[in-house]
Amino acid sequence: MTDLIPTLTGWLHAVLTQALGVLFTPFGSPELWERYGGRIVSGLGITVQIVVITCSLGAVLGLASSLALLSRRRWLRAPFRAFSYSLRGTPLLVQLFLVYYGGLQFRGTLETLGVWWIFREAWYCVLLTYTLNTAAYQAEIFRGAIKSVPTGQWEAARALGIGYWPAFRLVVLPQAMIVALRPLGNEVVLMVKASALAALVTIFDLMGEARYAYSRTYDFNVYIYAAVLYLVLVEITRRVWLRFERRLTRHMLEIAQPPG
Amino acid sequence: MPASELLSLLSFGEGGWGDELLKGALLTLALALVTFPFGIMFGFLLALAQRSGGRITRGASVAFAWVFKGLPELLTLFLVFYGAQIALRQLFAAVAPGVVVEIPAFAAGVVALGVVNASYASEVWLGAFTAIPQGQYAAAAALGLSRRLTLRLVIFPQLLRHALPGIGNLWMVLLKDTSLVSVISLTELMRMTQVAAGTTKQYFLFYITAFVVYLLISAVSGELFAHLERRSARGRERDA
Repeated sequence: MTDLIPTLTGWLHAVLTQALGVLFTPFGSPELWERYGGRIVSGLGITVQIVVITCSLGAVLGLASSLALLSRRRWLRAPFRAFSYSLRGTPLLVQLFLVYYGGLQFRGTLETLGVWWIFREAWYCVLLTYTLNTAAYQAEIFRGAIKSVPTGQWEAARALGIGYWPAFRLVVLPQAMIVALRPLGNEVVLMVKASALAALVTIFDLMGEARYAYSRTYDFNVYIYAAVLYLVLVEITRRVWLRFERRLTRHMLEIAQPPG
Repeated sequence: MPASELLSLLSFGEGGWGDELLKGALLTLALALVTFPFGIMFGFLLALAQRSGGRITRGASVAFAWVFKGLPELLTLFLVFYGAQIALRQLFAAVAPGVVVEIPAFAAGVVALGVVNASYASEVWLGAFTAIPQGQYAAAAALGLSRRLTLRLVIFPQLLRHALPGIGNLWMVLLKDTSLVSVISLTELMRMTQVAAGTTKQYFLFYITAFVVYLLISAVSGELFAHLERRSARGRERDA
């Protein structure tokens, strides 16, 4: 049972490598894919992992921050606003390097705090930075969506004797989610694209593997492989999201349905 | 290292990296300012092609925007930088063998960021077009204006107002994306920061400085666009 997941991913890897080898026959020599195809498919897996992990963690953190952003208490609102504003106003690359290289300098302090393991590994630096970055954007998305729910909905829920939290969870949040869904989908697509920066801090994601293969062969076709795979990944994300959106809005009128 | 010594690393002149960082920041701004008009105008043409082009121009425009909205900006940059290098090399190999050509990083940055910016800009323009009521076209036609004049005198001024928030966003995205061009060694703010951090080993100091500088540029541009938006809404308070 414990071997099931590695076996399955092993198969998936082999099947994908074979199938893409056929697809990519017009680009570059067969030997190029034979040598680097397996690595590129593994890189694709790393890219997907980065996106899934950071977007989910970012959603939890973003939703929590959006509540703080909407809070009436200034002392609660202000730090989250500063956090969200500064992460949205600076390049992700700077944030990533700040965590990855900047962390090295504070080894002693970080060790005593017991968080050195995060800053020691590029992988955890990427996860940390991306999670915070996407949380900042998602917080804004959730904030806008929650605000878009008419106050009457709150008041009606309260009038029915529903408490603050149940009213939020059962009445407001479902309506806000419908508004938030489309920008959230865009954010996931942006994260797929942004994940490529991980290659600059030694992570062998799709971009990292393409760079590695290019540095060894100087064969431009490896970038074509990566480009096709990124486009496919983005298109799949988009379609899955559209499906998701249609499911969540199925109670609404036909004409209000998103096209596609 | 004591705080005063750390701060002297950021000073201008001998021993300080302040002037280098400033030069980098100016190059960042120059790159963004050169790319932006190109991206916005090219995006407008893409939007026009998608609205009123023939089958082929429309298809080409849609495909172009789809590709460059889907690719990571870093990969687009590599495709442009290395791709153009290879193409030029092959061209020169035919005419003048032995000549080594290098693509300037600035030009590669302008092209790569420009096509990405244009692809997103086409979306902004298309959105703005849908905000204009059909009656505006009908009224212009009733006044006997040609299609070209209708676009220039009636549609475009209104279009600009609807597109302005989107255009402001595009500028912010572009500004942040310029940091990627550091990867192909253009000595803009990010690259200068890397050099300074690597030389002095004061990574945190320099990256946090870059962070603050980018944030300042973003904040100032944000204010500027907010002002422009208010200005473009003059006389339209009723709608607000």
